[in-house]
Amino acid sequence: MLEIKNLHVAVEGKEILSGINLTVNAGEVHAVMGPNGSGKSTLSHVLAGKEGYEVTKGSILFKEKSLLDLEPEERAGEGVFLAFQYPIEIAGVNNVYMLKAALNGIRAYRGEPELSSVQFLKMVKDKVKAVGLDEGLLNRQVNSGFSGGEKKKNEIFQLSVLEPTLAVLDETDSGLDIDALKAVADGVNKLRIATRSFIVVTHYQRLLDHIVPDFVHVLSKGKIVRTGDKELALTLEERGYDWLAEENLV
Amino acid sequence: MASNAENIDNLVGQSYEAGFYTDIEQEMLPPGLNEATIRFISAKKNEPEWLLEWRLKCYQQFLSMTEPVWANVTYPSIDLQTISYYAAPKRDEDRPKSLDEIDPKILETYEKLGIPLQEQKVLAGIAVDIVFDSVSVHTTFREKLAEVGVIFCSFSDAVREYPDLVRKYLGTVVPARDNYFSALNSAVFSDGSFVYIPKNTRCPMELSTYFRMNAENSGQFERTLIIADEGSYVSYLEGCTAPMRDENQLHAAVVELVTMDDAEIKYSTVQNWYPGDEDGKGGIYNFVTKRADCRGKRSKVSWTQVETGSAITWKYPSCILRGDYSIGEFYSVALTNNLQQADTGTKMVHLGKETKSTIISKGISAGKSENAYRGLVRVGGSAENARNYTQCDSLLLGDRSAAHTFPYIECKNPTAQIEHEASTSKISEDQLFYLRSRGIQQEDAINMIVNGFCKEVLKELPMEFAVEAQKLLGISLEGSVG
Repeated sequence: MLEIKNLHVAVEGKEILSGINLTVNAGEVHAVMGPNGSGKSTLSHVLAGKEGYEVTKGSILFKEKSLLDLEPEERAGEGVFLAFQYPIEIAGVNNVYMLKAALNGIRAYRGEPELSSVQFLKMVKDKVKAVGLDEGLLNRQVNSGFSGGEKKKNEIFQLSVLEPTLAVLDETDSGLDIDALKAVADGVNKLRIATRSFIVVTHYQRLLDHIVPDFVHVLSKGKIVRTGDKELALTLEERGYDWLAEENLV
Repeated sequence: MASNAENIDNLVGQSYEAGFYTDIEQEMLPPGLNEATIRFISAKKNEPEWLLEWRLKCYQQFLSMTEPVWANVTYPSIDLQTISYYAAPKRDEDRPKSLDEIDPKILETYEKLGIPLQEQKVLAGIAVDIVFDSVSVHTTFREKLAEVGVIFCSFSDAVREYPDLVRKYLGTVVPARDNYFSALNSAVFSDGSFVYIPKNTRCPMELSTYFRMNAENSGQFERTLIIADEGSYVSYLEGCTAPMRDENQLHAAVVELVTMDDAEIKYSTVQNWYPGDEDGKGGIYNFVTKRADCRGKRSKVSWTQVETGSAITWKYPSCILRGDYSIGEFYSVALTNNLQQADTGTKMVHLGKETKSTIISKGISAGKSENAYRGLVRVGGSAENARNYTQCDSLLLGDRSAAHTFPYIECKNPTAQIEHEASTSKISEDQLFYLRSRGIQQEDAINMIVNGFCKEVLKELPMEFAVEAQKLLGISLEGSVG
């Protein structure tokens, strides 16, 4: 489904990613771990099409299309979703209104008819329960005045409504206490289906206790230095990232 | 991927949808301003002697005044001798008596503007007065309103049919000598709307005026007078458009509102005069004086305006809070793009005890435009416990536009409470990326952010108008994103 080949990315002339290779098949969950500054967030942002990143080499194919040629909204239309590490507040814009515009934007991209407000609201009611988001937040301004946990739950709720085929979770666990972490992970687990893949970007192993990955990749200095299964995450937790860094130097 | 700044620049290459010209038979006075011009207008309208004298007196005052230069706008001095002061569709003698007699082309014009009279008449339940260049073309629902005693007619009709009311109030809120443009208007105004709401009457429908400047080289100098008698209420809507022309057209209107004890007027404007092209050629000079006199106790006036048009906007809808416990409100969205210039705001003059005012101003600057908020809060010595709250927010799109805030506060009573908050921000790339990553097109994302920014003001507009205003904000920012 997703094929990243020899991806090099620079920010203001400085290389951040130095030759990433990653293949994600339908239904798989890949964890990308790594120390601060290893390029984890850069990878998430480049996948979603954020400005300010210069791809100097390599390619990203998503369902046989070159993702790098597409605008962020087109990538959403193709089925890419990024759950933000720091969800953005937008004053004066209603949460549900934004989501309806998003869903209809995606449907328009795919040549599907718009959902009516009635159809949309019915769907929203079902899904908001599934991810355990307080219904009262639906009609609030986008992320405005939300707690850290509420913001992250709102991201997962958006994921459930927009139904992407590739969901990138960028440090979704950051800033969450253990209960909120569990709740968010439960929401994600309910959305795991055979046709949907996840890239879970995280610093800590603890999220992976709840969202159990099929593969774990360790990113260091812009490269994937090790790939393994969920056991790799446990080793990392025990021995720290320095262990890998040292090994690499040898 | 293009940079955000470039994208926004593309976006703001706006098109003006009301920029068509209607080819109808015109009766137009040759350009020029002198006493004869004024006598001609007055005679054309069969005005009584007192009104002609009033006009001539105002003209004398006008002659002693000079064009103001303090606003944060620049333009070549206006040559008033090149303007025609009277343009009317068809001949006065043939003025339409009913909707069926109106030139279908005029009706078509209004349909193009999205205000089909027929439809409004039936569906919206809004009474409409339409001012086409210098004359009022048609007022709908007059009879129905008359049943509850509400008078809603063109200014000319009011002069004929309710001369006492007109004479009693005309010029009492905005005296001719108030400023250069109000003096000019007082001398040469040709038509406008007149509203009188009798005591203890809630006007059963929204009243609405549409202004349209059509003729070339003409100016529009309309006059609006609304009187809300004790315990009455009215919501009044005003919309404006003009065709696209290379030369500038002058619009110098005067609006006077009077509220008696416990009366309330809600005055909403969606101003979409032609703003000129992207090089700043053409467009309307909108120099308007709007003022409310809250004469009665506990009376209230709310000004809500959404300003997206005009090459230059110079306008400060104000409230004189004379009655004790009276309330003034000003909610404004001013959007400027390309080379548009706006210097707009309000004046809240607290004279009565326990008077309250609220000012919420949202300025959006795009392109190379200049957008200024200018506001005065004045608390007189007798205004015990007066309160004001002012909030001015500016949103910048791109990196070549400018936002300015000029708040003036004068307070002569120590019991007053005055609050002022101001903010300036740029449209955030993070917000744009967030919305786009959700599948929302860049243009829609910008609209959404701008509308969110304006929400506090838009929610003050009556429903039908709020929808139109949102659409208009969208159009004004719309462009060619490839």
